[in-house]
Amino acid sequence: MEQLIKEYADLLPQSVIQDIVDNVPSGTSSAKIKKIFEKINEEYRFALVDPGQSVGVISAESIGEPSTQMTLDTFHFAGVSEVNVTTGLPRVIEILDGRKNISTSSMEIFLVSPYSEGKDITKIASQIRETTLKTFIKEIDINISNTTLQVTLNSKSVEDAGVNKKKLIKLLEKSIKGYGVTEADDILTIKPTKEGDINELYKLKEIIKDVYVHGIKGMKQVVPVNRDGEHVLVTSGSNMKEVFKLEFVDTQRTTTNDVFEIENFLGIEAARAAVINEIMKVFEGQGISIDVRHILLVADTMSMSGHVLGINRYGIVKEKPSVLARASFETPIKHLISAAITGERDYLNSVIENVMLNQPVPSGTGLPGLVTGGIMNPDHHHAAKKAKK
Amino acid sequence: MINDKEFISKKVGSITFGIMGPKFIKDTASAKIVTPELYDKEGYPVDGGLMDVRLGVIDPGLKCKTCGLKLKECPGHFGYIELARPVVHIKFVELVLDLLRLTCRGCSRVLLPDGKVQEIKDDLERISTFGSDVERRNYLKELTASLKTVTKCPHCGEKQAKVKLEKPTTFLEDEKRISPIEVRSRFEKITDEDLELIGISSQTARPEWSILTVLPIPPVTMRPSITLESGERSEDDLTHKLGDIVRINQRLFENINAGAPEIIVEDLWDLLQYHVTTFFDNDVSQLPPARHRSGQPLKTLTSRIKSKEGRIRHNLAGKRVNFSARAVISPDPKLEINEVGVSREFARKLTVPEKITEWNKDYLRKFVEAGPDNYPGSNYIVRPDGRRKQITDETKEQLLEELEPGLIVERHLLDGDVVIFNRQPSLHKMSMMCHRVRVLDGLTLRLNPAVCAPYNADFDGDEMNLHVPQTEEARAEAEILMQVQTQLISPRYGLSIIGCNQDAISGNYLLTKKGFEVSYSEAVDMIMAIGETDFSRLPKKEMVTGKEIFSVLLPEDLSFKAPNKLYKANPEDPEGMVVIKDGVLTQGVLDKQNLGDGSGLLLRQIHKIYGPDKTVVFLGKIYRLGIETLYRRGFTVSISDTDLSQEGESQVNETILSAEKEVAKLIEQYEAGKLEALPGRSTRETFELEVLRILNKARNDAGTIVTDTAKHSNTIDMIKSGARGNVINIAQMSAIVGQQDLRGGRVNKGYVNRTLSCFKENDLGAAAHGFIRNGFKSGLLPHEAFFMGMTGRDSLMDTALRTPKSGYLYRRLANAMQDLKVEYDFTVRDASGKIVQFVYGEDGIDVSKSEGGILNVKKIIAEVLEE
Repeated sequence: MEQLIKEYADLLPQSVIQDIVDNVPSGTSSAKIKKIFEKINEEYRFALVDPGQSVGVISAESIGEPSTQMTLDTFHFAGVSEVNVTTGLPRVIEILDGRKNISTSSMEIFLVSPYSEGKDITKIASQIRETTLKTFIKEIDINISNTTLQVTLNSKSVEDAGVNKKKLIKLLEKSIKGYGVTEADDILTIKPTKEGDINELYKLKEIIKDVYVHGIKGMKQVVPVNRDGEHVLVTSGSNMKEVFKLEFVDTQRTTTNDVFEIENFLGIEAARAAVINEIMKVFEGQGISIDVRHILLVADTMSMSGHVLGINRYGIVKEKPSVLARASFETPIKHLISAAITGERDYLNSVIENVMLNQPVPSGTGLPGLVTGGIMNPDHHHAAKKAKK
Repeated sequence: MINDKEFISKKVGSITFGIMGPKFIKDTASAKIVTPELYDKEGYPVDGGLMDVRLGVIDPGLKCKTCGLKLKECPGHFGYIELARPVVHIKFVELVLDLLRLTCRGCSRVLLPDGKVQEIKDDLERISTFGSDVERRNYLKELTASLKTVTKCPHCGEKQAKVKLEKPTTFLEDEKRISPIEVRSRFEKITDEDLELIGISSQTARPEWSILTVLPIPPVTMRPSITLESGERSEDDLTHKLGDIVRINQRLFENINAGAPEIIVEDLWDLLQYHVTTFFDNDVSQLPPARHRSGQPLKTLTSRIKSKEGRIRHNLAGKRVNFSARAVISPDPKLEINEVGVSREFARKLTVPEKITEWNKDYLRKFVEAGPDNYPGSNYIVRPDGRRKQITDETKEQLLEELEPGLIVERHLLDGDVVIFNRQPSLHKMSMMCHRVRVLDGLTLRLNPAVCAPYNADFDGDEMNLHVPQTEEARAEAEILMQVQTQLISPRYGLSIIGCNQDAISGNYLLTKKGFEVSYSEAVDMIMAIGETDFSRLPKKEMVTGKEIFSVLLPEDLSFKAPNKLYKANPEDPEGMVVIKDGVLTQGVLDKQNLGDGSGLLLRQIHKIYGPDKTVVFLGKIYRLGIETLYRRGFTVSISDTDLSQEGESQVNETILSAEKEVAKLIEQYEAGKLEALPGRSTRETFELEVLRILNKARNDAGTIVTDTAKHSNTIDMIKSGARGNVINIAQMSAIVGQQDLRGGRVNKGYVNRTLSCFKENDLGAAAHGFIRNGFKSGLLPHEAFFMGMTGRDSLMDTALRTPKSGYLYRRLANAMQDLKVEYDFTVRDASGKIVQFVYGEDGIDVSKSEGGILNVKKIIAEVLEE
């Protein structure tokens, strides 16, 4: 067996060999195993792509055609207790556009044992969730007569969260400059150090609500979920860098749905994998079957340059070497003008330029050249030789 | 016989872009245009006018004075006019502005110290060797941006002023206007070397050429005038615009020569600038668009190129074709899967060119003799020099005499000809497949309903297109790569997209079900009716079962075993397992699982063993067999199919009642504030989710009750065989429509605190938020009908909004990836040869040659071990 594996290592892809190893029952005679390898190699040769196949177009069709059947549902309830995430066509468009700000970012935080069994799960959740002062405030009053702001704290929730009141006040003082804070029971009185302005106080009221207390920035919602016996945190909002600093997080599996964030934090290969996973997730969620190879190809095209590029005129299309190919997509005039200024040359290597010129397209059956034993004009032949020189 | 000429084929190798300089314009021009007049009194184009015959001809009968060719032969020639004063080309305004800022106002050198020049040259050299075009562009962008802040020329020490653009075409330096003359003289002094530094090719684009001194006049052939019915001539928009330019230009000349005051000259100059600007682009945001007398804006150069209806996307990327047809489609299961029924009228117009040789001259002669009006006949004869002769009753005699090898006869479409059939939107490659022609009576195009799936066609008025390939290469390619049988497996997911559907499935289901028996003679009738002539394998008994009839069609050596839909419900049922032994169906009912598209187990097995050609023939036969069965047995559905039994009705009522009770309990809990919120949700959200869950469960339970208690009927057979419909459909008809889903929740919109005016405010109950507890047959209550209307409207909106969005996504994807192809070394590369994937799909497997995207290792191992 080992010898056969070595023998076929260059002939069959690793995944197929692994498949064979996994599926051949033990005790099979070596002659049979050999036959299995031969047969599979034969089938594999048969199933290979033909050179010249326009795989790009096929992938585009395979993604484009079913997307007409997708529902436009922006929000989707993935299970009863999870977070709202964009799915369907808008999500596919968002990923393929290579957007830097996605509409609903979300993380899936896996935990290391014993936390993955549910230890302190709610405590961890509240530790991760970004908490602002708003959570602790009962009410805010504006005293017009002496231009002060009175914040009534909810002492119970302050205690529950285990936050020091002093620390709270310090945080508050730090974030609002030019105001003094005095404490009496649960009421904080905020007074401008200089002459106060009522309108300023109204603005201040909103600022106070969003004063950061603890947790990880951007984590608007953290929901513990039980996945086949394992406790996982699903969040709304995403901040990979900070989450990975926590010691109870399983950094191997924890992930986010924000491709751009992954690209910055983990690099381009991870971003490519994220694109594949995210697109597959949407199609699977819609019950549409589509082969991974098409998604792989799209993800590879998007990440080929080392950055995640969107499939639009600012991304991939801009990178095309051919002027006419760019012009045929969007903003043709702009491309033609800039080509004229820089004196660009179009070598007509791709499909669309040759369609424009009524010439055979260099892919598929247009790829191979055929030399026939026809009678060639000797002058013409000579001229061609000369031109080469 | 082989002509040398035929072998010379030329190909465009590359295209270089650049700006036309004045010298180039004059050299290539064949006429100087001096007068705005178009025609003289006789209606003949004026010499030196915009319709000058040296610019090409648009009148039949006239000959071009430049090339001597007639209409349609002469490609047209450019002319030019000398502008009295230079004007800015609107499309190069940004270039001009950049250059004014980058170069010294005194010495016209680029504002770069000599020391840095070499550094930049090296950088550019490096980028052009290793980097991409985009990198180069970005580098230059940064460089130019950094130069804009230089205030003193490093070469002559001249102080630099701030240059501003007053849109659209006026340049200001220190609030003073720089005239185009001034701009031009500055640009003339910029050295070629300096230009290369800032990324401008001095060979193809000298910057002073962006200030026009001569204007090229496009040939008349691209702006033909049309003669109206009244005999009046209506000129093209471009001609109108050019007329304006020539007129103003002349006035400007005259005023300058007459020594008119500067202000008048300036005004005319500005007007000339306006006309030249709108000639290039009539959508400049700062300018009022030039209009017709009727007030509608002129369509000038930019709008001719731009957008979907522009030259590039409309005429260059997409082209019109001859030898095509379009008609309404209708179904005909008697056709083979890879055939298309064409009407005789179409067949007489669509032709196939066939070259006369020694061997086929008698065969082709018959077509010429028949002429164009008889079928099968021919319409044209093409001579070797490319001249086409129409065959009419008058010319027929002579043409018959002239017939000789080497001529081409364009004969009518015949049975068996190769054509390409298409339905829009052509979303995947199976939207264009190659079919064989069957000329039929009737006027529609006919196709086998089994190929509806890949085309996504139905027969509610759909139209489809037909194309006849005209060369041997095209026909071969269509036949080998595009025929229906080669497209059976979808490249999207590696499973069959063509299979039995609808009647074909219910027919075969009923046929192979226990208890189907017909007399021997009727069985023979049935087999003959579907086009199978060999019925020797039919057992010679008085009564023949359906399974025995089906077995006649199976290949003799086929052995097969697979579960069907019944198996899932009851694995014990012997009919739940389809067993075929040596080409005889011994056990099991055939249904969608085995005959349908997608996994279609039996079909897939046959495809694997016997190949695509045999599969389509087999599929065609079983398809017709299913329909033939229904013809003979009769098949109908009626309203009573949805009748509920007494027992069923009471059970359904019970389920609904208990669900409603549960909801009421939940409301109580919620209102008392006792409902515990799910993590991450408010209590209200939790409540809504719970209610939804309860009501949906009630509907599903009702569905199972309905199917369990329903009496046996054709409707049930359709559901069971998978031909059409499902449990929910029948439950909605006979028992309960269920909760209406609006934007992922219950209906919560409408009036203040209530959905409809017939409910009390803040009613949380099931009925008040879109729960429809009646079935379609018993009829909906008014408020229920309203709720249905709401969700119905919502889904209509959804489709209307989705179609253009997904269409655009598709266009972008196709545009971005159209050049990716597999090379001979199995890498995937783009047009410039950059590697996208080292092995396609990481294992090199073509999805359409796989089973659901994988190589079925398990199956092969099992096969080998079994041997």
